[in-house]
Amino acid sequence: MTPLLELLCDDARLSTKQMAERLGLSEAAVEGQLSDLLADGIVLGFHAVIDPEKISHQHVAALIEVKLTPERDGGFDRMAQRIAKFDQVTSCYLMSGGYDLAVFVEGHDLREVARFVSEKLSTLEGVVSTATHFQLKVYKQSGFLATERTEPERLSVTP
Amino acid sequence: MKPLSERIAQQVKNIPRSGIRDFFELVQGRDDVISLGVGEPDFSAPWHIREAAIFSLEKGQTSYTSNLGLLSLRESIAKYVEGLFGVSYNPKNEILVTVGVSEALDLVCRALLNPGDEVIYHEPCYVSYSPSITMAYGVAVAVQTRVEDEFVLKAADIEAVITDRTRLIMLNFPTNPTGAVEPVEELEKIAALAIKHDLLVVTDEIYCELIYGGSDGMGKAQHTSIASLPGMKERTILLHGFSKAFAMTGFRLGYACAPTELTEAMMKIHQYSMLCAPIMSQNAAIEALENGADQVEMMRRAYARRRNLMLARFAEMEVPCFAPGGAFYMFPDIRKFGLSSKDFALRLLEEESVAVVPGDAFGPAGQGCVRACYATAYEKLEIAMDRIAAFVKRLQK
Repeated sequence: MTPLLELLCDDARLSTKQMAERLGLSEAAVEGQLSDLLADGIVLGFHAVIDPEKISHQHVAALIEVKLTPERDGGFDRMAQRIAKFDQVTSCYLMSGGYDLAVFVEGHDLREVARFVSEKLSTLEGVVSTATHFQLKVYKQSGFLATERTEPERLSVTP
Repeated sequence: MKPLSERIAQQVKNIPRSGIRDFFELVQGRDDVISLGVGEPDFSAPWHIREAAIFSLEKGQTSYTSNLGLLSLRESIAKYVEGLFGVSYNPKNEILVTVGVSEALDLVCRALLNPGDEVIYHEPCYVSYSPSITMAYGVAVAVQTRVEDEFVLKAADIEAVITDRTRLIMLNFPTNPTGAVEPVEELEKIAALAIKHDLLVVTDEIYCELIYGGSDGMGKAQHTSIASLPGMKERTILLHGFSKAFAMTGFRLGYACAPTELTEAMMKIHQYSMLCAPIMSQNAAIEALENGADQVEMMRRAYARRRNLMLARFAEMEVPCFAPGGAFYMFPDIRKFGLSSKDFALRLLEEESVAVVPGDAFGPAGQGCVRACYATAYEKLEIAMDRIAAFVKRLQK
């Protein structure tokens, strides 16, 4: 990982001036590197990491295990890309082990997610089976702990 | 009854009150203050290390250990120190696990000094060096390092104060409070002096993993331990610990690596004063040494970015500040404002609620500088630097 990528992974909100200061680079250099990262598709996007339990917004999330029949040309890719394009799908990975795709889905309520699975996902040709696991509680999300947010205290002046 | 103040031992009376303590009391209880006055990491110890300490308790490991420390820890230390410096120590009889480097330093002084023996150390330095020497009835002989030399210790300055009572040279690189790293050429000259005058050397390596270099500051500065120079292992006591690189200050764990006779002498004192270091800290330390390298590097890189931020800001406000090769301190030169270090720090605290430590709290050579620690969250560092910039701007008017 480059120092800039490392910094972005830690906090993507920084201004170019702030990034330049921390990386010992000029602002122009940071801007150049940033646009390269985006143009090359290395950085796919930026977003806030939210604890869904702390907002009033109705929200459910589920992990769906999907078994697929691989295709002669391209294996799982065409099907996986097709599934990934649904707005309800937040992440989609090809897995080793007991099933093929791990599909992370979000919706306003159980019914919406269930409908997506029964109407959209399982009806696709090539989908052999699905197993839906609803998320009950968030402990850690994208590297951030959802609990224990208190800062331990340090003495203010020490040798 | 004789007043209690007259019952205090003379060598304890002789120790001056710590300048850091004075400052601590001023800052204490003020919650608007952003403190750059700390001397420890802002990270908690990495979770896998804390978890190892918890597991040690769960297993019921609450006993004493060998006076020297757990053999498995000493074996890990031997491997780690050899990896760092290329010097190998026998875990059976050349390594002593202590309650922090502070205890190790005290043991060195008590084990090696007879009353009146002189110890040469360099200032500005960590506050316990001179008192540790005094409490062991030694005579502390300070050699000043200078801001003009970026606080490099000159062998010639050491040679100038060597007498027939000199027994020990005490080194600490990277240095608290300056962040200075000693160039290997100068270290070689100091080693030659030690050999020529048959002196022992104690080197406090507590910041050795936290080094920075390269054009963007993200690389590592060259740092050599004097123990690794030819002919030096047999006359050097190498001190290191877990507090800084592994963010384990509260675990209170350090170690001394030294030839058998010296380790044995230090152990004699340690066994009667401390018995052994806490076993849960020792178990956590094994985990740190065996599996902590990635976390140490992650923290080092975070410090490197903060150091970059501080350097950029001091440059912007035209406050001279050399680029320190190690530790997590900046030691900017504030002489151009015509204030003493103490007055600068006091006014900065009063007017802008930012705490830095006056440089002369670390010895007279620190006068004209202040120590600003960057082991603090970026957000706080940025606000602190904005406030320092506003303060400095007013001073310049």
